[in-house]
Amino acid sequence: MAVIEKIPCSKIIEKVPGGGFFLTTSESILKWGKVSSLWPMTFGLACCAIEMIATGAPHFDIDRFGAGVFRASPRQCDVMVVAGTICVKMNDCIRRLYAQMPEPKYIIAMGNCAISGGIFYYDTYSVTKGTEALGIGVDVFIPGCPPRPENLLFGLMKLQEKIRNEKNAAR
Amino acid sequence: MRPDEIAAIIKSKFPQVKEEAGTNYIIVPKESILEVAQYIKNPPLGMDNLHCITGIDRKEKIEVVYTFYSIGEHHGVTLKVNLTPEDLNVASLSEIWKSANWLEREVYDLFGVIFSGHPDLRRILNPYDWQGYPLRKNYSNPDFIAKPRM
Ligand code: SF4
Repeated sequence: MAVIEKIPCSKIIEKVPGGGFFLTTSESILKWGKVSSLWPMTFGLACCAIEMIATGAPHFDIDRFGAGVFRASPRQCDVMVVAGTICVKMNDCIRRLYAQMPEPKYIIAMGNCAISGGIFYYDTYSVTKGTEALGIGVDVFIPGCPPRPENLLFGLMKLQEKIRNEKNAAR
Repeated sequence: MRPDEIAAIIKSKFPQVKEEAGTNYIIVPKESILEVAQYIKNPPLGMDNLHCITGIDRKEKIEVVYTFYSIGEHHGVTLKVNLTPEDLNVASLSEIWKSANWLEREVYDLFGVIFSGHPDLRRILNPYDWQGYPLRKNYSNPDFIAKPRM
């Protein structure tokens, strides 16, 4: 039963003594699937994208968390990592891509720019003051300018924790 | 060629230009910008590269700054055209240097300078429906958050 112990939700999985099968709820299996295959969307907007790319590369290896399958289409994604400065010209594009992602969908705002406008908060005409200013709810904020790859991985683990603790898994 | 030698050559050819005090920038009246540009493109100066066009808002006037470079001769020159805020028209250089096309669109987008004769004078950085010219000193925008003074 060594496989079962590796499953993140193994606490809620009960082993039948001596058996080759286990009992669980469909909800925890669904959550386990969601947690372990968070496919991010390729969405680098500025310098933070470089850190996101580094996180995807072998040294930091985001694949360990099942989140290394960067897709170029919103229709195949679960999480949008908004990595960088959001320019006013990009607003409609972000809203449209977010609307095109299938449920369940999550947003990680990576870097100060995606949180609040960051260093471009004052005296700029062309920068939107964060992802939430677009009316898109953010699940995890990762501060930093730019955040280290470890921070992105930490944010990803926080998102996984959030999904694991969701009340209604069929969201 | 040194900048003062280049300035001397241009001044001897075009008596209407003058040098900006303290620099080797050459101030060209806006009527003669096409002539001067045509002249410096060919030998002896051979400025085959138009590096950059930008603007400066000095409130009483808007300066358009052209930076040229000669790849063969390894020298460069900067031309300036002063425009009054009432008449922001200047001839386009996009016929002479292709790179002027996008650079002039940028200056139009940010300062509102009209380049007459430009083939496609649209905004380039801001959305097409943008109002106003953001790098002007008197620009304002409801979303603009001014930095608090310490
Ligand atoms: S938070 Fe910093 S590193 Fe990230 S996009 Fe903004 S300026 Fe660049």
